[in-house]
Amino acid sequence: MNDPTGTGPHETGYGEAIREGFVHLLSRHREVFTIGQGLWSPWYVGNSMTDLDKLFGKDRVIDTPVSELACTGAAVGAALCGYRPVVIHPRMDFMVLAADQIINQAAKWHHMLGGQARVPVTIRAIINRGGEQGAQHSQALHSWFAHIPGLRVVMPASVADARDLLIASVLCDDPVMYIDDRWLYDQRAVLPPVVERPLAAEGPKVVRSGSDITLVGAGYSTWLCSQAADILAAEDIDAVVIDVRVLNPFEPAAILASVGRTGRLCVVDGGWRNAGWAAEVIASVAEAIDPRALKASPRRVTLADAPAPTSKALEAGYYPDARQVADAARAALPPRRTA
Amino acid sequence: MNGRAWQSELGGLADPAQFTEPLRVGKADGARLSDLLRTMLVIRHTEDQIGRLVVEGLARTPCHLGIGQEAVAVGVATRLRATDRAFGNHRSHSHFLALGGSPESLIAEVLGKASGASRGMGGSMHLFGRDVGFHGSVPIVGATIPIAVGAGLAAKLDGGDSVAVAFFGDGATEEGVFHESMNLAVVSDLPVLFVCENNLFSSHLDIEFRQPSDRIGRYADAHRMRTLTVDGNDVLAVEAAAATLVEAARRGEGPALLEAVTYRFRGHVGPNEDLDVGVHRRMADVQAWKQRCPIRRLRDGLVAAGVLSGEDFAAMEREVVTDIGQAVGLARSAPYPDVSALHDLVYAGPR
Ligand SMILES: Cc1ncc(C[n+]2csc(CCOP(=O)(O)OP(=O)(O)O)c2C)c(N)n1
Ligand SMILES: [Mg+2]
Repeated sequence: MNDPTGTGPHETGYGEAIREGFVHLLSRHREVFTIGQGLWSPWYVGNSMTDLDKLFGKDRVIDTPVSELACTGAAVGAALCGYRPVVIHPRMDFMVLAADQIINQAAKWHHMLGGQARVPVTIRAIINRGGEQGAQHSQALHSWFAHIPGLRVVMPASVADARDLLIASVLCDDPVMYIDDRWLYDQRAVLPPVVERPLAAEGPKVVRSGSDITLVGAGYSTWLCSQAADILAAEDIDAVVIDVRVLNPFEPAAILASVGRTGRLCVVDGGWRNAGWAAEVIASVAEAIDPRALKASPRRVTLADAPAPTSKALEAGYYPDARQVADAARAALPPRRTA
Repeated sequence: MNGRAWQSELGGLADPAQFTEPLRVGKADGARLSDLLRTMLVIRHTEDQIGRLVVEGLARTPCHLGIGQEAVAVGVATRLRATDRAFGNHRSHSHFLALGGSPESLIAEVLGKASGASRGMGGSMHLFGRDVGFHGSVPIVGATIPIAVGAGLAAKLDGGDSVAVAFFGDGATEEGVFHESMNLAVVSDLPVLFVCENNLFSSHLDIEFRQPSDRIGRYADAHRMRTLTVDGNDVLAVEAAAATLVEAARRGEGPALLEAVTYRFRGHVGPNEDLDVGVHRRMADVQAWKQRCPIRRLRDGLVAAGVLSGEDFAAMEREVVTDIGQAVGLARSAPYPDVSALHDLVYAGPR
């Protein structure tokens, strides 16, 4: 694999873009290192970290024992002592074992110790689901972590963000959870050269303009929104798509502005419904917007409130698809006469 | 390893060139040992068939095969009763079958069928067979270790002489909960057998890159818990160690760790040998370990003792293969669970 650092615009995939982010960080920032399970294996984390150990050495690209809690705590400790570690959890479900270090420690130290202790750690959590893997190999727990003050949570949906939000996360002085999704690894795009930008400058972004309804997603669900927008476009429905990108701290201004114009909102969330992130988006709109500006009740498309099944018969209907998103959007629009 | 001297404390037990000879068996024990051999064959061929279903594309759920490690499950299971409580991990086909779970219900589960061990809701990595004393397996590494401790606590509160057993790998001993669980079991004097199948690998990574020693038993020493380390490809050695430790637990003498040194012939997941994903896994090692095949060693021992002829063995294997072929056929034609199960099974009580 070529080293893309310093090259001009080039086409790349989502997984490779993550790797480009690592190459940039590890070559330009001596205080960056990465630690987690599978970093010396060619298949653990898809193609997102291939051969980094060979390029940057096994001291900065550290494969580990099966010890999520200790590895995360060690990253927190190194972050307190001047490093910018990226701890890798090849599956978000396994990261649950590290919850204490993420929630009680990394997210709290700066505030609790009077602003004197900084924890610039990035916790990379990979969503990896489907394929009949079942309840403990499928979870998208972004809502859970977005609930925690002090922990920034980002979900790249685009190839560019896969690289650039990683870089912004690692260079941020706060703990950041960076959540990528294996279902996006085949996306491709042309990327410009890297420009380092502060994470605090990032937030929800309109990725497709329209006038009839506002579709909101994060990570893979943004991709679903875009697919649904294509379906709707064929029916002369113009959907806006907003990619939230940063779930915490959440800045709803772009969504409010859009819904103010379209009067219709459908939020698509890869997590469960109850107390999920889609509810936060809808609540933010409901609180801030003049109710008369809403032309229909806001909708959400989420997972059903059930663990992921393994059997094909049950898995087939478990994950929402673009067609369901389009159906939900249509339901928020006035009925049309069919030709 | 960088910066520290790594030492194999297991020595010959981790060297596939050793312990390859036929097992020494007494003729008097012939019938019982033939049964053990048969159970190992059932496990081997069931997993082989599951591997074929993966290749065919019918089984998609991740399947971690224990081919090569059959003697551990069988040796321990022979010392357990249906009233004991055993728990497994991601690689638990062998535990389920050794305890008496049926190949058909395992294969059906792998295919996501309603007749499966977990009624089609779990797949290969989430198995259940309470009627044979198998109280569940899950793929979160280490998760069932404290759960087994809880089952041991329940057994102690029950006042009988049941024991709890946790089957797990060497990788699981790197999770903190393993150490917490051992300590809790020791201080509470619980009837728990911790069974570590030390196959020297955690997915792609050799134990040499993960721990300062290859002997898992040292953790029991630290917790002042009884431990035995045996050749995990010798079903008689495993059985003897299990007998000692399980009987002690039944007598109220507390928990113990049984370390069985073994090796998987297939890759971490799926039917291939997967050398490409192992940092240190070499074809020469796989081939060498096949010389230490637990099935062949017992077969050769039984033949040498005059219990079985080569033809008897071939007939036994043919019978097993035929039975499993039928089990595969039944599993293939079994129905899928009703889609209502997705919602109806979320809560035990009304929603
Ligand atoms: C908490 C957790 N971390 C990581 C994993 C990924 N994983 C699945 S199996 C496995 C290897 C475990 O090795 P070991 O316990 O020795 O069992 P073996 O696969 O060798 O039978 C790992 C790391 C997981 N399933 N759960
Ligand atoms: Mg192992």
